[in-house]
Amino acid sequence: MLRDITLGQYYQTESIIHKMDPRVKLGGTLLYIISLFFFQNFLGYAVSVIFLGIVIRLSKVPFKFMVKGMKAIVFLLMITVVFNLFLTPGTPLVTLWRLTITREGLRMALSMAVRLTLLIIGSSVMTLTTTPNNLTDGLEKMMRPLKIFKVPVHEVAMMMSIALRFIPILLEETDKIMKAQIARGADFESGNLIRRAKAMVPLLVPLFISAFRRANDLAMAMEARCYRGGEGRTKMKPLVYHKRDYAAYACIALYLVVSIILGRLNLWGSM
Amino acid sequence: MGIIKAEDVVYEYIRRDEEGNVEGITKAVDDVSVDIREGEFVAVLGHNGSGKSTLAKHMNAILNPTEGTVWVDGMDTGREENVWNVRQTAGMVFQNPDNQIIGQVVEEDVGFGPENMGIPTKEIWERVEESLRAVGMYQFRKHSPNKLSGGQKQRVSIAGVLAMHPKCIVLDEPTAMLDPNGRKEVIRAVRGLNQVEGVTVILITHYMEEIIHADRVYVMDQGRIAMEGTPREIFSQVEKLKSLRLDVPQVTLLAYELKKQGVSLPDGILTADELVKALGLE
Repeated sequence: MLRDITLGQYYQTESIIHKMDPRVKLGGTLLYIISLFFFQNFLGYAVSVIFLGIVIRLSKVPFKFMVKGMKAIVFLLMITVVFNLFLTPGTPLVTLWRLTITREGLRMALSMAVRLTLLIIGSSVMTLTTTPNNLTDGLEKMMRPLKIFKVPVHEVAMMMSIALRFIPILLEETDKIMKAQIARGADFESGNLIRRAKAMVPLLVPLFISAFRRANDLAMAMEARCYRGGEGRTKMKPLVYHKRDYAAYACIALYLVVSIILGRLNLWGSM
Repeated sequence: MGIIKAEDVVYEYIRRDEEGNVEGITKAVDDVSVDIREGEFVAVLGHNGSGKSTLAKHMNAILNPTEGTVWVDGMDTGREENVWNVRQTAGMVFQNPDNQIIGQVVEEDVGFGPENMGIPTKEIWERVEESLRAVGMYQFRKHSPNKLSGGQKQRVSIAGVLAMHPKCIVLDEPTAMLDPNGRKEVIRAVRGLNQVEGVTVILITHYMEEIIHADRVYVMDQGRIAMEGTPREIFSQVEKLKSLRLDVPQVTLLAYELKKQGVSLPDGILTADELVKALGLE
């Protein structure tokens, strides 16, 4: 049962977005999110919705997968909308009991909702079309300049990819230990929260011990295969920009210019 | 001098109680000398705690001897500047297949060693393909290691070492965690490497069946080398093997018992076919 959990939310299919260099996707997503905070009218949001729509179409990922990411933030979204709606001072529109909805509040709440929705869907396009491995590679290459400040970029990326490799193994192990403890009469399901937390101890202790043992073995195996950090290492699958990646950068730049110019036009007076 | 030579090697570790006080010193390897020639298939046999794994770790510079010296291809493993060359020359495969696969895809894992050595990208791909073919795992190159069987994982580990183009491979109980089929798979792959590719193989094991094809066998007990010889020479000393808490293959045992009862048979029969022939039953 625990084995079935898939990691990340990568959606396997063939598309131009899937093939794109992870650096383009990472950078593009970041710029896209930043752009959302520049808009002062709804024209800007319209442009970014259209842009995102085109990207989603190109990625060939069914739309319902994008919406899945939204479920997690529905609550946050509601709170944001409610607070903005009632607590923004300005020209009153409607008054319900002691709460007043203002013109500014309405506008603020709407733009916050749109902003958050686009932000989540935008970043899930990236995670849906990039394998965790690729993502780590992209991060490593993009963060390389940080080496000047002694940030161990390669080491962090290596740790991330090892963690990704070991998650299914440790999940399987958890399953095994759980069954072994249940067979000896352990009860993981009944009782209140504190009792259940206590019941986890006989599960966590062996799991941690085994994880440390594995880490030790793995370190030895890596050293035996001449691993000595990022220095002098070559890549089996180096990241190389293709024509489509440059084209994608151009599209992102174009989107930024158009959306920000349109988004900052003073249509209805300042917000 | 052979590809691996150990001279009077002693490895001590300090036993401590729970407070960290020294309880005593244990000699895991005690005055061991071995000399392994290039192209040989050598097996090191011993029950748990005989020091065989500790000895294996000396051949890859993971451990350094307390006393004595180990040379790999003429390089002293105790010298700091030799460590990486030693590890490139003598590759090592460990017991637990899960704990030595680093990549999330089979081909990436095989490429890990060459990547560390700074091999150009194009050559890495050539080496990965050639190594995966050598162990018969090429069709699985795009798979996730988590979806492979134990024997397949171990073959991937062997390919990972092979891609570094070592002169010799040390396998530290590679079959201990596998089922009988996986065990056969791995041993077949190892024999293939030795006979087809000419790689020197040092196989550490406690399974008797696996040493039948070795050129030479060292039997270890309590950190010392108790016996040395060809498999036939070793298996002809059934009583001594028993005293070292090692099992003799069934066929050998049967031949030994028959001989004791007066049937005329040669010493050290290793396979069923041999026994049939020797009994004249064909």
